[in-house]
Amino acid sequence: MIELPALGWQSIVIFVVFALSLLIATYCTYAERVIAAFLQDRVGPDRAGPFGLLQPLADAVKMFTKEEFFPGGANKALFIFGPCLAMITALMSSAVIPFGNNLSFGNNAFFLQGIEVNVGMLWVFGVVSLGVYGVMIGGWASNNKFSLLGAIRAASQNISYELAMGMSLIAVLMISETLSLRTITLQQSVAGEWHFWNIVKQPLGFIIFCVCAFAETNRTPFDLPECETELVGGYHTEYSSMKLGLYLFAEYINIFVASAVMSVLYFGGFNFPFQYELRSWLVENHDWTLAAAQNLITVLGTVGLFLKIFAFIFFFMWVRWTLPRFRYDQLMRLGWTILIPLAVVNILITGGLILLGVIK
Amino acid sequence: MSPIFLFLAFVALLSALGVVFAKNPVHSVLFLILTFFALSGHYLLLNAQFLAAVNIIVYAGAIMVLFLFVIMFLNLNVDTEPHKPALAKIAAAVAGGSLLLILVAALKDIAPTGAPQDATFDSQIGMVDRLGLVLYQDYLLPFELASVLFLVAMVGAVMLGKREAGERNF
Repeated sequence: MIELPALGWQSIVIFVVFALSLLIATYCTYAERVIAAFLQDRVGPDRAGPFGLLQPLADAVKMFTKEEFFPGGANKALFIFGPCLAMITALMSSAVIPFGNNLSFGNNAFFLQGIEVNVGMLWVFGVVSLGVYGVMIGGWASNNKFSLLGAIRAASQNISYELAMGMSLIAVLMISETLSLRTITLQQSVAGEWHFWNIVKQPLGFIIFCVCAFAETNRTPFDLPECETELVGGYHTEYSSMKLGLYLFAEYINIFVASAVMSVLYFGGFNFPFQYELRSWLVENHDWTLAAAQNLITVLGTVGLFLKIFAFIFFFMWVRWTLPRFRYDQLMRLGWTILIPLAVVNILITGGLILLGVIK
Repeated sequence: MSPIFLFLAFVALLSALGVVFAKNPVHSVLFLILTFFALSGHYLLLNAQFLAAVNIIVYAGAIMVLFLFVIMFLNLNVDTEPHKPALAKIAAAVAGGSLLLILVAALKDIAPTGAPQDATFDSQIGMVDRLGLVLYQDYLLPFELASVLFLVAMVGAVMLGKREAGERNF
């Protein structure tokens, strides 16, 4: 058995999460087209490789070999810094997400999580709130009024929807009484007890969070910052080559992270139904050791979490090709006069139910 | 002093100087954001994780976005900057200088104690639950007064932004 120091294991996890984020984002571009084609009754990409599976590779080659264009009068340093920042903030938030329970080899237990901190939820929230800088800086540095309008739209949209998102998270916190995402996941399934995922306790909170997640990731029906019909391309009008690629990539990574956060907070994370029954069945009827059975449960749980994440990513794309875009004042009205009061009501209802002892 | 502390202090001071000396207001704001990040790093070194996260969410994530928003809207640059009278510059220098003097006078005799390494050291001191207990038990009144202050500011903002009778812009 190879002895790995804790930090070594952690860096492997971080590297794998990083690589998976990029891989999933790459294939999201493919999935988006396939799903769009499916919903619009077209064929979709099918030329590059079997089923068009090499399409993302072809896109990458195209992106890298295109001309690097700098608009006149642009702030060159910030023009380059914008997409980098978008990418950095997108990749940072997956660090605290628990992708699985612990794997144990002999006496060593390893957590399938980048870093376990007791402010995990605040970390995700903080990094999400930083995500808008990439868009704002890029849009402003382009020296183009359409880009600037897109940047300003992105800023006000993100600030507006962050409030409702934060308040829907508070209701989850009131139930879980912790900020650690790992603890929140473990609370959603207790051995030998009839236990529900948070979605059952927080249906309204989940809807608010989900709508806000769409707005924070700039996805249709809230993709006003890159609204083609009004703003040419929005904040990335002037971008070409891989700098544009980084912006588009960051959007898909954000979708991946938002899906992961929703799965962890509301859909039980790496828990799956009847996991403890499966574990005791393996131990009692098939002579498995408890550790081996637990490792199998952990691996299955990670697979389950990724299935949940993929389901959410599909949902994001499904909505994109189904709903039309909001008008900007409708977007603001929805955020300020519907979602925020709803989130406050949700906090009050949750508090009342906790006091009455209905949910805990 | 750990190398991390020295690095963070270096970044904080350098970016704080950048805020003051940058010609372009957008660069100033970006330097200020970097300063907040360095300060959050200091909070982490002091084992105040909650404070570090909230500092980033509130200051770097919300307030500075609004700053940047306003500056982008006004499109401030060297050409449009109004010329400030000499009196204002002198007053600013005097005020800033006396603040510096007071800070130096107040802090010059303080010796850094460092974290206690013995058994009395409480690693949970900066954690969320401990902070909540202190805030809601020992300092409840100041906390609530501060929230009333925020409420007043919010009501004021709503009053300013309210549509006047007969006015319709879209």
